[in-house]
Amino acid sequence: MSVIHADFAIERRYGCSPPQTFSAFADPALKRQWFAVPADWAETDWTLDFRVGGGETNRGRSPDGKLHAFVSRFHDIVAERRIVFAYDLLVDDQLVSVSLTTVEVFADGDGSRLLFTEQGAFFDEDPGAPAEREHGTGVILDRLGPLLAGEPAR
Amino acid sequence: MPATADAATLDRTFRALADPSRRSIVARLSSGPASVSELAAPLAMSLPAVVQHLGVLQESGLVRSEKVGRVRMCRLEPAPMGAAQQWIADHRAAWEGRLDRLGDVLDTTYGSPS
Repeated sequence: MSVIHADFAIERRYGCSPPQTFSAFADPALKRQWFAVPADWAETDWTLDFRVGGGETNRGRSPDGKLHAFVSRFHDIVAERRIVFAYDLLVDDQLVSVSLTTVEVFADGDGSRLLFTEQGAFFDEDPGAPAEREHGTGVILDRLGPLLAGEPAR
Repeated sequence: MPATADAATLDRTFRALADPSRRSIVARLSSGPASVSELAAPLAMSLPAVVQHLGVLQESGLVRSEKVGRVRMCRLEPAPMGAAQQWIADHRAAWEGRLDRLGDVLDTTYGSPS
């Protein structure tokens, strides 16, 4: 019934150049390889319109029958350097969270450094069913949720 | 907002989970306790390397081990976490996984760095 505000940052170093790293976000064929529904989900919809004002839609049905949706809109794109997007997560058409995400790519020696910063409003309607676990994209990550959580919140 | 795990604990947890081998050990332990050699079997690394990873996991508090007879058994020791932190941890872990896969895609597409 409450809303939680949280932000976090993740940093990664990749061996390829900033333009190449950026292409993994801009090129639909590459994006699809790392940002898609898990293998055992039924994908129902996937679109990427990589331009300011455009967006990305990624919908899939998990084995338990729930429909998960990631719906984003690009607010700022600086080629090879920065992407700012906002996205909604929905489970069975119920809004679970709204996030503002900034991806920055920097040159780092002969490779690149990626800084991912997310600021989110998470709607804590059902603490027993963490939204991202439901939206999760891999068996290991699906398992990590309950592990990190320990006992159910209530 | 419930605060049953402090920032330093979360930092240790995320550091511990930042490595694919350690995540695979945690995934294995999520289905039940296992001996060190059972954990090492599916991993393409030496036993001392596995023991080193287990050390990091134990420091994080995620894993506990005890000697049972002549065998060292490992089990998960999940720390209780509030709903908010659980959500954030799950959410962040999902993005960590995606950005790791992004790295794999870059290696495959543009060649692995030497």
